[in-house]
Amino acid sequence: MEQNTSLLTAERVVKTFPVSAGGEHTVLEEVSLNIVTGEVVALLGRSGSGKSTLLRILAGLVRPSAGRVLVKNTPLEGPNLGVAMVFQSFALLPWLTVQENAELGLFARGVAKNICEHEATLALSMVGLEGFEGAYPKELSGGMRQRVGFARAFVIKPDVLMMDEPFSALDVLTAENLRGEISDLWERGAFPAKSILLVTHNIEEAVLLADRVVVLGANPGCIRGEVKVDIPRPRDKKGARFIELVDYIYTVMTNPQAPVGELPSTDKSKRFPMLPHARVGGISGLLEIVNDRGGREDLPKLAESLRLEVDDLLPSVDASVLLGFAKVDHGDVTIVEAGKDFATAGVHRSHEIFREQLLQSVPFVNTVVQALRQKRDGRIGKDFLLDILDEHFSASEAERQFETLVDWGRYAQLFEYDADEERLYKTEDQSLHDDMTG
Amino acid sequence: MPTNFTQKFLGFSPQADVKRPALGLADVAIGLGTLTLLYLASRVGAESFVKFNPPDIIPAVDLNPWNLPNYAARSTLRMFIALGLSTVFTFVYAYSAARSAKAERLLIPLLDILQSIPVLGFLSITVTAFIALFRGSLLGLEAASIFAIFTGQAWNMTFSLYQSLRTIPRELDEMGTLYRLSKWERFTRLELPVSAIGLIWNGMMSFGGGWFFLAASEAISVLNHSYTLPGIGSYVAAAVTAKDLKALGWAIATMIVLILLIDQFFWKPLVTVADRYKLELSAGEERRFWVVDLWQSARLPRYAERLTQPLFRWLDRSLSKATAIPPKVRQKPTSPSGDRIYNVVLLLITVSLVVAAIRFVLAEVGIKEVGHAALLGLATGARVIALLVFSTLVWTPIGVAIGFSPKLARVSQPVVQILASFPANFIFPFATVGFIRFGISLNWGSMLLMALGAQWYLLFNVIGGAQAIPNDLREMAASIGLKKSRAWQALIAPGVFGSWVTGAITASGGAWNASIVSELVSWGPTTLKAKGLGAYISEATSAGDWPRIVLGVGLMSVFVVGLNRLVWRPLYDLAESKYRLG
Repeated sequence: MEQNTSLLTAERVVKTFPVSAGGEHTVLEEVSLNIVTGEVVALLGRSGSGKSTLLRILAGLVRPSAGRVLVKNTPLEGPNLGVAMVFQSFALLPWLTVQENAELGLFARGVAKNICEHEATLALSMVGLEGFEGAYPKELSGGMRQRVGFARAFVIKPDVLMMDEPFSALDVLTAENLRGEISDLWERGAFPAKSILLVTHNIEEAVLLADRVVVLGANPGCIRGEVKVDIPRPRDKKGARFIELVDYIYTVMTNPQAPVGELPSTDKSKRFPMLPHARVGGISGLLEIVNDRGGREDLPKLAESLRLEVDDLLPSVDASVLLGFAKVDHGDVTIVEAGKDFATAGVHRSHEIFREQLLQSVPFVNTVVQALRQKRDGRIGKDFLLDILDEHFSASEAERQFETLVDWGRYAQLFEYDADEERLYKTEDQSLHDDMTG
Repeated sequence: MPTNFTQKFLGFSPQADVKRPALGLADVAIGLGTLTLLYLASRVGAESFVKFNPPDIIPAVDLNPWNLPNYAARSTLRMFIALGLSTVFTFVYAYSAARSAKAERLLIPLLDILQSIPVLGFLSITVTAFIALFRGSLLGLEAASIFAIFTGQAWNMTFSLYQSLRTIPRELDEMGTLYRLSKWERFTRLELPVSAIGLIWNGMMSFGGGWFFLAASEAISVLNHSYTLPGIGSYVAAAVTAKDLKALGWAIATMIVLILLIDQFFWKPLVTVADRYKLELSAGEERRFWVVDLWQSARLPRYAERLTQPLFRWLDRSLSKATAIPPKVRQKPTSPSGDRIYNVVLLLITVSLVVAAIRFVLAEVGIKEVGHAALLGLATGARVIALLVFSTLVWTPIGVAIGFSPKLARVSQPVVQILASFPANFIFPFATVGFIRFGISLNWGSMLLMALGAQWYLLFNVIGGAQAIPNDLREMAASIGLKKSRAWQALIAPGVFGSWVTGAITASGGAWNASIVSELVSWGPTTLKAKGLGAYISEATSAGDWPRIVLGVGLMSVFVVGLNRLVWRPLYDLAESKYRLG
């Protein structure tokens, strides 16, 4: 399948409807969208976002009030014959059998009878409906009806397969099942369409199926932005990245004012949290003091008793919070379970506790450890890591982040650092692997 | 018969090859039935070509009851020819209106007016025209009678089809467009099945109403001539002239048998078959009917089907190919200026027609006559309203009681259906005899006559409305212990309001139309007359007084349309917006 050929383009498409009270209601405002070969695009929006209208404009069923639609770079006038649609209500003809419903599109194109039958049988077997050819839709369950809808679309092998909330009329389990099968077909490369355009209000569905999620805003409908789904297929709904993307899109959808980023910002901050410039010694010292004073202390009071400014204490406090040793609210620092353990542990044990907390709280450390393990010589240059950090921090800050990272990593016995050679080394400790995998 | 026809026509039919005896009893029954039907149709049809040279030779109607089957058959043939014509008209008209926005703007208001025009007032015009057209044979009268029935059936059916075509579920319509169904396919696979149920039910109701026009049009005096067309309607007219109550009784019995037969052998099978065209996909209980079962258990139809199937398949494919949608369809944007010109032309034609009619009437009869006729119109209008109020008070509680009790509904629904189909003008003579004996003025009596035909629509619709009130709501009313009066006020009356409005619109239209035959009745030499627009039109028609015919019919149309616009439409909108259940 050739890549990146533009199949369907919307150029500044506007749709308005006259209102009975006079004037016009704008449903879509200057929407531009491009669909290329080999991708799955999801239009995600709440009701009133005009997502179904946009789909119908792209299908040539509805004329845009302004702007135009291009099919393979040719302006579209009238129904788009390069698409097939799967409808929310299935749109099956109850008086025709499953086979006749599936053949409908081919028969209309004047295809010979035996070819019609062959193609329909093939499509029906693709959706698991062998043996139901002679049944009438009302004899089938909801899920099976929608399978007929898919078969009917598959039969005509469209450039773009459009799906208008295809699973929303099904019960949860059936929808889940069918969604999975459609996803499988696409992943196997057996899908009889070059691209998929999906309209949905289900975030999980969008993230599961799509390569790009186009988020639409409502009243009037517009494109707020799009989110690339960079999760390799087959996708695991329990995967961290999956959950992260779903959470991000959920947040965006519930905040109509929030900007929609190309890559979720939560991603950056979680994988690259800013490490407070605190030495491990400072952190453990702070925790010991707080623990001695009953596990809870007022920050200004603590600073005063140590004859320090609050600002001087903050890096250690922030680091404790980041690593899950303490929490701060209303100016009080409170030590938590892990912090208490760390403050009271013996030397050997304290390394272990710190390692656990660090690996959990700072994903970038994981990346470094993984990289060390994968490299045959078990070493990484400082420049390599600085290059990554430079993406997220200024040059001087990247340098300081690196220093902190080395300090913490050394204490956690995750790696060693040779300052002369400017290289990180893998520690030889075998127990580490258990920690990583366990 | 319809099952296999549609199946073959649509090119799909379940191939059930069960081993059975080659020919069974069912086949004998079906074979004999078909042959009898063909024989009757050809014999009765031939009688229409007998010599007829008005006013010299007019076929007489013999009151001997043995002639009744023949008369009934001739009337039935007229009814079915009219139904066929109505169906063809319905498809052409409704299709044009639903397909083109321009045609729609002309056709739908026109249909609205046609529906409001008192058909019976036009008999004079049509009878004269058709007799002139078919000089020297009874065909002219036949055509006039068929046309009268047609005008009583066609508008309703057309509206039904138009509504169905306009309300095809959006996604199905889009599916048809995207999957490029040819025009033929779209019609046979999508539009015809979607409209089938509504069309058949409406056809059934209109057919029932058609008997009324049949009875009125078979014996008529127009332009000082009496015309008689042999049939069950003219038999009743002859019996009235001869004051023969026994003959009337026979006619009524024949009519009831006829209605039952047609119901069993025509409408019930159609309704049963139409059930498969239900849009909802829920697997409900399948409707069964013995005629359909008989047909399906016979081998004869299957043989015929096997023989003709290749032909139908071929026909289906070639028609589909011939009407295929070209791959590039250009949507022409509608030009606003062309639209405006079209609207202006329409308006001009309408205005000039109205002006011409007004000038004709004013020139011939003068303004005073118009005022007189308008007063008569008010009198008839008052009768229509009074009968509606009275029918509502009587039939709403009964209809609700029937609708709430499934058992009662099962028993009474066929009875009500027959009552609604039964031509009220068959009962008129009995009522007339009563009025004469008890000295009741037709000014009051005509209300009863009008109600005889019109009230059933109210009852019919109220039963339907009561059945549609969700059980949950009724249980709620019972569980919170609503008193009867309160339950009516809070639940039942609002619940049936929508159906009541639908019924009342039909009843009102029917009553206006019936006034033409209800305000002037006779028994032998005695003639009773009420003060009203119906009697006015009736008299003008017999006398061939054209200006008064135009004035009367025009005024009645104005009254009906006015009532529709000022009363029924607002009530209908209220029912749709406020009292809609579910």
